[in-house]
Amino acid sequence: MRKLLLAGALCLFVCASTVRAAEPYKIGAVFAVSGPAALLGEPERNTALMLTDQINAAGGINGHPIELIIEDNEGDEAKAVMKVKKLINDKVAAIIGPTRSGDTMAVIPIVEKAQIPLVSCAAAEDIVKPVKKWVFKTPQSDADAVRRIYEKMKDMKLTKAAIMSGTTGFGTAGREQLKKFALEYGITIVADETYGPKDTDMTAQLTKIKGTDAQAIINWEIIPAQTTVMKNKKQLGMTMPLFQSHGFGNIKYAQDAGDAAEGVLFPCGRLLAVDSLPDTNPQKAVLAKYKKDYEEKFKTDVSTFGGHGYDAYMLVVEALRAVGPDRAKIRDFIENKKGFVGTAGIFNYSAEDHCGLDKNSFEMLTVKNGKIVVAK
Amino acid sequence: MAFRRHLPIMLFGCAAAVLPLALKDPYYLGILVFIGIFSIATMGLNLLMGYAGQISLGHAAFYALGAYATGILTAKYNVHFLPALAAAIIVTAGIAYVIGMACLRLKGHYLAVATLAAGEIVFICLNASVGFTGGPSGLAGIPSIEIGGFSFDSDFKFYYLVWAVFILLFILTANIINSRTGRALRCLHSSEVAAAAMGINVTTLKVQIFVLSAVYAALAGVLYGHSVTFISPQASDLMFSVKLLTMIVVGGMGHLWGGVLGAALLTLLPEALSAFHDYELIIYGSILLVIVMFLPGGLMRGFETLYVTILKKVRGRG
Repeated sequence: MRKLLLAGALCLFVCASTVRAAEPYKIGAVFAVSGPAALLGEPERNTALMLTDQINAAGGINGHPIELIIEDNEGDEAKAVMKVKKLINDKVAAIIGPTRSGDTMAVIPIVEKAQIPLVSCAAAEDIVKPVKKWVFKTPQSDADAVRRIYEKMKDMKLTKAAIMSGTTGFGTAGREQLKKFALEYGITIVADETYGPKDTDMTAQLTKIKGTDAQAIINWEIIPAQTTVMKNKKQLGMTMPLFQSHGFGNIKYAQDAGDAAEGVLFPCGRLLAVDSLPDTNPQKAVLAKYKKDYEEKFKTDVSTFGGHGYDAYMLVVEALRAVGPDRAKIRDFIENKKGFVGTAGIFNYSAEDHCGLDKNSFEMLTVKNGKIVVAK
Repeated sequence: MAFRRHLPIMLFGCAAAVLPLALKDPYYLGILVFIGIFSIATMGLNLLMGYAGQISLGHAAFYALGAYATGILTAKYNVHFLPALAAAIIVTAGIAYVIGMACLRLKGHYLAVATLAAGEIVFICLNASVGFTGGPSGLAGIPSIEIGGFSFDSDFKFYYLVWAVFILLFILTANIINSRTGRALRCLHSSEVAAAAMGINVTTLKVQIFVLSAVYAALAGVLYGHSVTFISPQASDLMFSVKLLTMIVVGGMGHLWGGVLGAALLTLLPEALSAFHDYELIIYGSILLVIVMFLPGGLMRGFETLYVTILKKVRGRG
């Protein structure tokens, strides 16, 4: 009889623990899967789906499966607000995204009030400066890209730069940082040209630069302007080095410009040049696996944006693995996380730094024979 | 008579007042707040397009101007909300007056293009004046609305504020439509020449109604800015103007309830359909297409026709 009771109690205990183990951990995500920023949001969503499948197939987090709730805000700020409120209502443990900086800025007041950790995939410095208690981000900062460019210029013994930028949020922020750090690195800015983001010809700006004693051009904009600058520069027969921003991070952009892209220098995460990284690089294993898995599953090139999604997602997963679905503990865990190896770099978060990356997260890359490789 | 005319809105008000007690959930309340805000903006646009027959593709600009005006004044200069609101209304009305004087001489497509351009100018200005508006990265830290020491700092409180403003504006609009001015507007819609021949000052009336509808948009923008506590130039872009327009077309142009219905449908439908994930946009698009194809007068006119048909059948049998 006693044995029976014991067996019964054991059975109950096992049942109870399996029931408890089956309780899923909820992660919320807001991405701009459709709309103008879909080029960024789609790889982020794909990455999150892929990682959820992988982790659940391997038995979940400490036995708890992940329940991923993805919301598409279409790159719209009002929608981002609604979606985040919905996720809070769904009682998710943490939220990853949104994709765009504006969407992130719009939801910050809500997550701060609701006290839920948010790991954004957007780059703007305003997101983490000043530090918000519950908000983190995974992409590198503009300032670090600027530092890397200026360091490279110093190595190449170049001191006079001409800067070009678009009148967009990205271009304006880059231009500010370029001017801010020039003095510190002993760089003189001899020309400061701007253009509309949709302009199809930059010959005027480049001709003006040609008339100065600039030794290098730094261009800060995304497509299509960054391609136009390269083409026009080649047409004008200008041979000085051209630096692009980290917005150049897609092999398609290099292909668009054909020959004109050869030799262009740009600071970027290491994801795109993983094949040319030395095996000793601590990020290599993570990058190679992510790139292989992603490209096999979705039959398309991996991009840095999906990488930002990877970093945000894995950061939350690590936190869940360590402290469980308690929002405050997740926040504390991320804030104290050091040495997290992600796709954008090695993250060291602290109470003063909710971005966690420094200039070493950028590698100086170049285009050689139509491929992106590490610059020598 | 006046009581009967306002009976639907009074019933609506009663329903709106008890609704949050049934759904205390912040998510649903948040959606209802946005529906209220969009309804206010569409009400003004409907007055301009549905009644006066003047198209505007730049209304998002006024919405953003309203939001930025009170946002900047309260967040950067610590001005109290009510004086900031007055300033926002005056500024938006002034800008709308200037734009209206220039644009409303045009008709049809030309007017559409001119208002589109005006909206684009505002968009560029908001992006470029970084020191003042925060530029492309937006203006953060807008405080909650505070009136007489009472702070509307939760969705629950904000819900009542938004819908109270809506109901007041609804009654005001209904009175305008049923007045001499309203009849003049409808006359203007069918024929400008005829309207002028009847002694209506066409230009003045057009500009007046344009300014009024811009002020509605600005009020909606003010409410948006203070509820989200953040505003960026995205609020002034063309896509948002088109969205407001779609709300009216789907809901019912030239019908006071049309704007509300359209705003509700276009806000709720994507939320309800989000369970379909990748198919969401296809289903959403199809529904809008069906409405526009089979109910060209919008949902409100469709309901009216249905009501009349049923009434006839019932009476015919009786």
